[in-house]
Amino acid sequence: MTWLSPSELEALHLSLSVATRSVLCSLPLAIAVAWLLTRRRFLGRTLLDAFVHLPLVLPPVVVGYLLLVLFGTRGPIGSWLQRSAGIELVFTRNGAALATAVMAFPLMVRAMRISLENVDRGLEEAARTLGAAALDRFATITLPLMLPGILAGAITAFSAALGEFGAVITFVSNVPGETRTLPLALYSALQTPNGDAAAARLAAMSLVLGLGGLLLSEWFARRVRRLLGR
Amino acid sequence: MLEVEVKKRRGAFMLDAQFELPTPGVVTLFGRSGCGKSTLVSIIAGLLQADTGRIALDGMTLLDTQAGIDIPVEKRRIGYVFQEARLFPHLSVLSNLRYAARRAPAKRVVSFDEVAALLDLGQLLRRRVHQLSGGERQRVAIGRALLSQPSLLLLDEPLAALDTARREEVLPYLESLRDRLAIPMVYVSHNYDEVLRLATYLVLMESGKTIAQGGLGEMSLNPDLRSIIGADAVGAILEGSALGTDSSGLTRIRVGTGELKVQAANIAAGAKLRVQLLARDLIVATEMPRALSVRNCLAGTVVAVSNDDSDSDLIRIDIGGNDIIARVTKAATRELALRSGLPVWALVKAVSLRARAI
Repeated sequence: MTWLSPSELEALHLSLSVATRSVLCSLPLAIAVAWLLTRRRFLGRTLLDAFVHLPLVLPPVVVGYLLLVLFGTRGPIGSWLQRSAGIELVFTRNGAALATAVMAFPLMVRAMRISLENVDRGLEEAARTLGAAALDRFATITLPLMLPGILAGAITAFSAALGEFGAVITFVSNVPGETRTLPLALYSALQTPNGDAAAARLAAMSLVLGLGGLLLSEWFARRVRRLLGR
Repeated sequence: MLEVEVKKRRGAFMLDAQFELPTPGVVTLFGRSGCGKSTLVSIIAGLLQADTGRIALDGMTLLDTQAGIDIPVEKRRIGYVFQEARLFPHLSVLSNLRYAARRAPAKRVVSFDEVAALLDLGQLLRRRVHQLSGGERQRVAIGRALLSQPSLLLLDEPLAALDTARREEVLPYLESLRDRLAIPMVYVSHNYDEVLRLATYLVLMESGKTIAQGGLGEMSLNPDLRSIIGADAVGAILEGSALGTDSSGLTRIRVGTGELKVQAANIAAGAKLRVQLLARDLIVATEMPRALSVRNCLAGTVVAVSNDDSDSDLIRIDIGGNDIIARVTKAATRELALRSGLPVWALVKAVSLRARAI
């Protein structure tokens, strides 16, 4: 990749790092939320459902702003995190990961819910009669059977995280080397005189990543389907 | 002894079941589709909650709503074979079997090799679940349930989803299970033929209620059976032991104080057999008949005459320790003056009888 400049390579590297953190951290929570929404009937379920889907309908700038209010240095959660764990989110890649995770969360939960709804509960009952308790059943039957959805959700969320712009720039700004991911670098390139070539390269990079993600996801889905004989 | 007494309301449907099974043995819950058989086994397994009731197996209480006892499904040690097999699709056959074996209690009832041999699973172990035929799936499902080392095995219409050929392929395995293992079984079915082959004990169910129960021979004479199996399938089931095969190829079977001749090959003397005498196949005579091709002529006494439908009667005849029933037209009842206490001869062709090993 000699045709990318050091700062472009940095943006690419940063994007991948931010998206990886974002997906890894939100994955367990997404599985838990998908399970709650699919399998449990509780007070406030509709509210939780709406809350999870909020980033899909809100302008990303609003999400970024809300994150700033909550997780900013003077925000209730942000100040607590800094005091108790020394975690700083504003202007950092962790902050960027949080913003992309929130934006991609509904996509992830959606994919997992669909696959969880397709898991035959009769199989869990069968496992139960064979002596498997709740956690055992979840780990050995439910989770493997919803694997297609988990993979699809993770790959979609990863791609979305690579491309998130509005929430990231609002929450953690556009700091080279720390929060300037691919789309932010592309935006900055367009703002610079003679940045056209750089913008084209960055756009091509995004295109390759996106396409790769889609192909990978399709390949995984096919393998799993063959494994399950569907 | 398996003791079951449960009640459950489900909308307009009310399950009110009570039965006792001497263990080991095979009890068949028999009744039309929708009579609550499957609901009842789900409750025994613990997959469904009963409103009130008590379930105990060999002195161990599994459920007692009054005492507040309700052992969770995973601790009940009850094997469950579902109608649709429910094998885990992400695991191989071997892994499905191991899934059960790993979670089984240390006290073994059967070994892995025993189960594999009994159900002929050796060839299937490496296969994936979707590569199995319907019959093979059920065999694996039965094996998996056995490897959980159950103290009771529930089979919820395990053959209902199979065609006749596949059913015939699996039935012998179930028979050898009954004969070789000491695990009590509850077998749900609406197929009378399966009942005849597998059951030692029969519980009749109708719209949520257990209406009659008893040993198979005694239950075969129960008038409630007719509405479920139809008039043509009604007939006494007798148990006896083979005396030997004569030169003409007929096997003689001792039944009570009498003897039956049946066309059956390869039956060793002393083998325990079950023979069904269909009521519609029996002929009743009030004089000792002569010069007939019929091979079975059983002397007996009429016990009762009851109404079958508008045209026919059921004649219950004691043939020496066992009762059989014959269906005759009302005209015949009148003409022969059939009544309780009358000595009669019951005739049945050897070729219309089938003996089954038990």
